[in-house]
Amino acid sequence: MPANRFNNFTTYGVGIGLRIPHYDHILRRKPTCDWFEIISENFMIDGGRPLQILDQILERYKVVQHGVSMYFGSADKLNRDHLRRLKTLVKRTKTPWLSDHLCWGSVDGRYTHDLLPMPYTFEAARLTAQKIKEVRDFLEVPIVVENVSSYAEYHVSEMTEWEFLNEVVERADCGILLDVNNIYVSSQNHSFDPAMYLNSIPAGRVAQIHIAGHSKYRKYILDTHDHPVIDPVWKLYDRAIQRTGHTATLLEWDDHIPSFDEVHHEALKANKYLASASLAAAV
Amino acid sequence: MTPLTPSDRMRRIGPDGRSLAHTAKEIIKPNDRLTAFERLEIYNRQYWFRILDGLSDDFPGLRAVLGDRRFNKLSQHYLTDCPSRSFTMRDLGSRLENWLAKRPQYAPGRLQLALDMVRLEWAEIEAFDAAFETPLTATDLTHADPGSAHDPYHSKASRTTSSAPSFQNAASPGAQNSVAPKGSIDPAKLRLRLQPYIRLLPLHYPVDDLLLAIKQDTPADIASNAMEERQKRKKVSAVARLKPALVYLAVHRIDNTVYFRRLEREEFTILDQLRRGRTLEQAISAAFRQPRTSKLTRANSRRKSAPGKPTTSRSVEQRAADVASWFQNWSSLGWFVRQP
Repeated sequence: MPANRFNNFTTYGVGIGLRIPHYDHILRRKPTCDWFEIISENFMIDGGRPLQILDQILERYKVVQHGVSMYFGSADKLNRDHLRRLKTLVKRTKTPWLSDHLCWGSVDGRYTHDLLPMPYTFEAARLTAQKIKEVRDFLEVPIVVENVSSYAEYHVSEMTEWEFLNEVVERADCGILLDVNNIYVSSQNHSFDPAMYLNSIPAGRVAQIHIAGHSKYRKYILDTHDHPVIDPVWKLYDRAIQRTGHTATLLEWDDHIPSFDEVHHEALKANKYLASASLAAAV
Repeated sequence: MTPLTPSDRMRRIGPDGRSLAHTAKEIIKPNDRLTAFERLEIYNRQYWFRILDGLSDDFPGLRAVLGDRRFNKLSQHYLTDCPSRSFTMRDLGSRLENWLAKRPQYAPGRLQLALDMVRLEWAEIEAFDAAFETPLTATDLTHADPGSAHDPYHSKASRTTSSAPSFQNAASPGAQNSVAPKGSIDPAKLRLRLQPYIRLLPLHYPVDDLLLAIKQDTPADIASNAMEERQKRKKVSAVARLKPALVYLAVHRIDNTVYFRRLEREEFTILDQLRRGRTLEQAISAAFRQPRTSKLTRANSRRKSAPGKPTTSRSVEQRAADVASWFQNWSSLGWFVRQP
């Protein structure tokens, strides 16, 4: 599934998140990088340096938009100002697909700026899918939803997280941004088998994969994006690629960010797994 | 959301007086390592760490003015009263000035200084990413159609003669009904728009200098605790030395970098009036009259002129020269833009 309707029939390779500490290196050295993922909210502004930088990046690189505040799972109605600004940015970047999280994070117009886990109920799946469709219709670009890391589960849940993800994407007919680090983190926090999660994913809907590092505490794991990817997550990535085929892959590194070369080098480790998947497909 | 305890833990009692452990138990499953309360607490702590850090990053000047302890207390109370209502954390501080103005207890003995600093730091945030519009050129100005009060720059250039802009009539307080000479701008009808990124601030303290000094003294990565302590002492000392002084400031951008530019009072007034949609003539007239409503000026001005009378001893010619010079500066900075 390298190219599918959920990633607009593109065949992107390995990219990294575009982050401020790397701006200077990227603009001066113009390093080879398959693609960059931007946090949409950082560029949903009217002017100034962020957009100037983005335009320079767009001249040379492929860019995909990733959001952190659409909150498909919030009961609030969609924020029209948010959508209008997002559409302006979509026109600017020409992002082939647009991702955000399968979560909630606002109540009565108050924003937590967090990615809160959903109650896995059929009613929540129905409302969430409806909002995803509304966003897709407004933005006119394929929408893909990302599974989040979580630290809590609700009594009201009627299904597992992966069943809920499947329910939502089937109802919304949208794609998946499969974050294998998030699957790992949640599997440790909630004591489930991450392979079961991976094996249940509808591979044909996976538009993109995220990999990242995290922080391990005594009683739980926190999704901090501030370390290299650990081996168990690479193993999950390997399994994911075996199921989905060569899929656009992105390394997230958001805190204690090392040099561009170090982040890019970490991301490029994915190529080993992508190559074997391509080989297996050829055979 | 209820703030954390002094030791950064989730409070045991919620805002409704109920036990949070009980509430958490009703909603969240425990696991073999964490109770429902502890699982909820992970989110509660992350929330407060995130927004407190965000506000601190945006207001280093206010932190220096108040000191760490008072700033942390203010931040916690402000964010409790004014939780984020925006999809972006950029807007966290948008209501801080109004909130603080009504709660002087959070800046004891330094309210005005703190308010000035909040205004400046919020203006800086807004100036950083506000829109840029195509500036008016000198040709646009000299070809302005004096017959169009609303959209002079979109009208066809019907005039064949051109001359340098004349500000003399407008600089004379009694000249509201005068007609500009043919070939020059008619200030009675001309309205100019400012770049959306410009913010105009009347300030009681030179907080622009203070903020620059604070930022200069803040290394990107503090190397050691001793270094951090030295920086803190320097900041406290700089705040303590700061004396009140009227400052009229424009926060603006050049090549997408934010700058502070101090203005003459009259210069400030003209820009402020233009921004409010007044004609050029009204703006210039206001600049050379005693302001009646500005608390800032009233509190500090030693002038005794009657309201409505010119406040400057400079001649009409000198004032016209000032205005012309200011216009030249503003134009070269690209501060005027076309009508929408």
